[in-house]
Amino acid sequence: MKYKSYENRKIILKGIVVLISIAFIIRLFYVQLIDEKYVLSANNNVLRYVTQYPARGLVYDRKGDLLIYNEAAYDLMVIPRLVRLVDTLEFCELVGISKEEYILKMVRARKYSSHKASVFEPQIPKESYGYIEEKLYKYPGFYVQSRTLRSYPHATAAHSLGYIGEVSPGEIERNPYYRMGDYIGKSGIEKAYELELRGQKGMKIKMVDVFNREKGAYMEGRFDTTAISGNNLVMTIDLVLQEYGELLMKNKRGSIVAIEPATGEILALISSPSYDPNLLVGRIRKQNYPLLEEDTLKPLFNRALLAMYPPGSTFKLAGALIGLQEGVLNVNTRYSCAGVGALPIKCSHNHYSPLALIESIEESCNPYYWNVFKSVIDNPKYGSTRNAFEKWRKYLLSFNLGETFKSDLLIERSGNVPESAYYDKYFGKNGWRSMTIRSLSIGQGELLVTPLQLANMAAIIANRGFYYDPHLVKAIIRGGKKENLLPEKKITMVEPRHFEPVIEGMRRVYAGARGTARWYADENIPMCGKTGTVQNPHGENHSVFMAFAPVNDPKIAIAVIVENGGYGSTFAAPIATLMIKKYMIGEYPLTWYETKMIETNLLSGK
Amino acid sequence: MRSRNNILQNLDWQLILMYLAMVIFGWINIYAAVYNVEHQSILDISQSYGKQMIWITSSIVLALIIIIIDAKFYTVFSYFIYGFMLLMLVVVLVFGKEVSGSKSWLEIGSFGLQPAEFMKFATALALSKYLSVTNIDLKNLRELAKALVIIAIPVLFIELQNDTGTALVFVSFALVFYRQGMPATVLIIGLSVLVLFFLTLLISNLILVGILTAAALTLGFFINRTPRNIAVILMLLLGAVAFVFIVDYGFNTILKPHQQMRVNVLLGNETDLLGAGYNVHQSLIAIGSGGFAGKGFLQGTQTKYNFVPEQSTDFIFCTVGEEWGFIGSVAVVVLFAAMLIRLLKLAERQRTHFSKIYGYCVFSIIFFHFSINIAMTLGLFPVIGIPLPFFSYGGSSLWAFTILLFIFLKLDADRLNVL
Repeated sequence: MKYKSYENRKIILKGIVVLISIAFIIRLFYVQLIDEKYVLSANNNVLRYVTQYPARGLVYDRKGDLLIYNEAAYDLMVIPRLVRLVDTLEFCELVGISKEEYILKMVRARKYSSHKASVFEPQIPKESYGYIEEKLYKYPGFYVQSRTLRSYPHATAAHSLGYIGEVSPGEIERNPYYRMGDYIGKSGIEKAYELELRGQKGMKIKMVDVFNREKGAYMEGRFDTTAISGNNLVMTIDLVLQEYGELLMKNKRGSIVAIEPATGEILALISSPSYDPNLLVGRIRKQNYPLLEEDTLKPLFNRALLAMYPPGSTFKLAGALIGLQEGVLNVNTRYSCAGVGALPIKCSHNHYSPLALIESIEESCNPYYWNVFKSVIDNPKYGSTRNAFEKWRKYLLSFNLGETFKSDLLIERSGNVPESAYYDKYFGKNGWRSMTIRSLSIGQGELLVTPLQLANMAAIIANRGFYYDPHLVKAIIRGGKKENLLPEKKITMVEPRHFEPVIEGMRRVYAGARGTARWYADENIPMCGKTGTVQNPHGENHSVFMAFAPVNDPKIAIAVIVENGGYGSTFAAPIATLMIKKYMIGEYPLTWYETKMIETNLLSGK
Repeated sequence: MRSRNNILQNLDWQLILMYLAMVIFGWINIYAAVYNVEHQSILDISQSYGKQMIWITSSIVLALIIIIIDAKFYTVFSYFIYGFMLLMLVVVLVFGKEVSGSKSWLEIGSFGLQPAEFMKFATALALSKYLSVTNIDLKNLRELAKALVIIAIPVLFIELQNDTGTALVFVSFALVFYRQGMPATVLIIGLSVLVLFFLTLLISNLILVGILTAAALTLGFFINRTPRNIAVILMLLLGAVAFVFIVDYGFNTILKPHQQMRVNVLLGNETDLLGAGYNVHQSLIAIGSGGFAGKGFLQGTQTKYNFVPEQSTDFIFCTVGEEWGFIGSVAVVVLFAAMLIRLLKLAERQRTHFSKIYGYCVFSIIFFHFSINIAMTLGLFPVIGIPLPFFSYGGSSLWAFTILLFIFLKLDADRLNVL
């Protein structure tokens, strides 16, 4: 009887069952049909997006010798969440790190992400990789990802080749193609041709279990993309000439720039002292970079493009060309010279007076050139010193002095060709005349050029009035097809006919009885050159030389600067001559000055 | 007219079919959860699914035995069975094997049994016996207390084994008491205590005390302010405030850190997805990624690659959710609801108090397991390690649930023999 009163309770219990079931169904509805995040999470759990790194493009010299290739290296990756180390010490021993390093690396990896992979130990060399990989199954959470490292079989042209390094956060922000840990060209042609060399990354989607063990491709690889290798480059550099130039510049500070005048292709670009590009590859880079950076000889500094020097007497050629074009100078114009007693600029060479144009180049007469300069700047047709100076300056700009080239060199200095405003400021408006700034006439004063500009000046003369921006890459090989890069021809303000007397003067620098480089003449190659001795207030003068050869249809134009080398004829001229001979003839009998150049050490005692 | 003697005819086949459906669907999902390419046969007894097949077969044999035994046996021997199982609990405390922190396994040869699982039906039998014998009125708190002792003894032993999950199952008998006349206020107070418990952990004590005071004042404003009512409200308020501080103290000193963590994770105080929240998080990912129709049999990536721990046992519902989707999950929920409602119906048609109360015990235990297990996999309740009846992998649990259910089926089939 008593139970009767509780009849309603069975309905309440039934109600509770129904209510709870409905609550579960609503929850299931929300979790399975409304909320999308669980599907994403499930994918994140099980799918590993494994980046397929493409092989970076190879780099060859102009004759097809390999300059840069790739070598396999392996990054040890870690997913901190999955790490279950039983014996940490054993693991440290395997990888070759200390326990402290291990802790530090784990902290760093965790800070990045505890469930995403990050690099634990980068670039394990292939020698130790095999051993580590064999044992790695014991350590869940770790795996290796293969990468490629750059390798340089010839240890040459470090500055031109440049190097690659991990992308910086800034670079990632600017270009979303890159991900943390990717490599990017940091300098040299690696940087200039990054888009060609890098190729296209691929992506493999793999399924993994909770221990990150691979369980095969996702959807049979339907969504995988393969990596596309980078394009190969053919450089303008001539490996033999480059290496020879580096040999000649050993133990000296300075640069050599050699250009093929007909194309603007840089045959050799030497900045000394240099370094072995293999030092900046892989794990050793971290130790070596600061060492190179702190070196007082500044091996990382590319003098050929970045160092600026007064051109010295080599500038007299430009002075002569401007005078000829302006019509204030002809082959027969003579100016007297009082030698060492000459005023306002003394002459460093002892010769008869007065000299005509061609001999003035051969013997590098200083007074001749301030006279030429004076005749240009004081030319009444321009009305004022200022106007005439601006015209003179325009000529220099047309030789690309005072300006950088628009090519693949990326980092260059422009040198310095002062504007008239500079002198206005310095001397006051109308406070200066041609003779106030006479040092310019012999390539001193405010005038500054880079070795590259000097070499280009030699190319302009060799070409009789035009040039191509000097560049380092000749062709890109895209899928086996070679595409030549064609630079734009640039014409200077001096007509071709005015070059002949200047070239004749340069020929006599070698061939003339009193030529400043007559000791280095070679009967097989008619060479043209001009010495320069750059006054250096900080020490021994810089030895400068610019040259090209042969006289007709020139194949090579060159500029050499040897810091603290003294007279142009002492170091720069023989080195330039040897370079020309190496390029034109190849092997030739040893000359007395070749040994001297290779063996001289201008750095000792510093 | 039904024959009183044909037992097969008298059995409730609806319930048996539901039982078989659950056991077989459970088996398929265990197969999917621990699927191993090297052991593809579902009958491979080196794998959990092969073992489960043995458990299923033996369960059916057990069911047959239970049906063959005379129904009076269960009534007559209920205290004896209860006593025997209590003895087994003592035995397991002495000789038992510790598995992941709980000393609840009794090893017999190469296989283990968990006496605590069998304690459920034994307690149900004893409780039914006690409540059906005399005119017990559960409004009488003394008699309620006596009934509670029958439950409290096994709970104590199971708690000693460190198996809180199973011990908590005995709370489900509260529903039986309720049905048998325990005042509803006891149930309501119990629920309020539970709510207050969670609130204590969720918000700061001072704010909670403020809320309680405000509630008391509001209540005092609306009711008839007789001295007696005011006294009751004041008592309730004081009791609640005291409770808040006791719970707060207890939570921080009595509960073990991992238990604190589990509660905190559920309450959203913690979001440690790799630690205590990992199971629930991965479980939700598995279920959530199933979508409408599921990823298909053996296609669940969460399942296949072991992202959900304990997936073949306590978290078996994840596999259902991931591979069979919304359709499969709802089907399982509806199947359980149907079984529970069927159990209520059968309990109500019993002619003896014993069978009826036992029927309610079966209902309560299965209901508790079902609701707590699904709620925890859906992230609605802290992770309490109890299996989903008939689905989860495990011999003891399957055997124990089979015995629990089939004793009732036998009692039900025999009801026409009772006058």
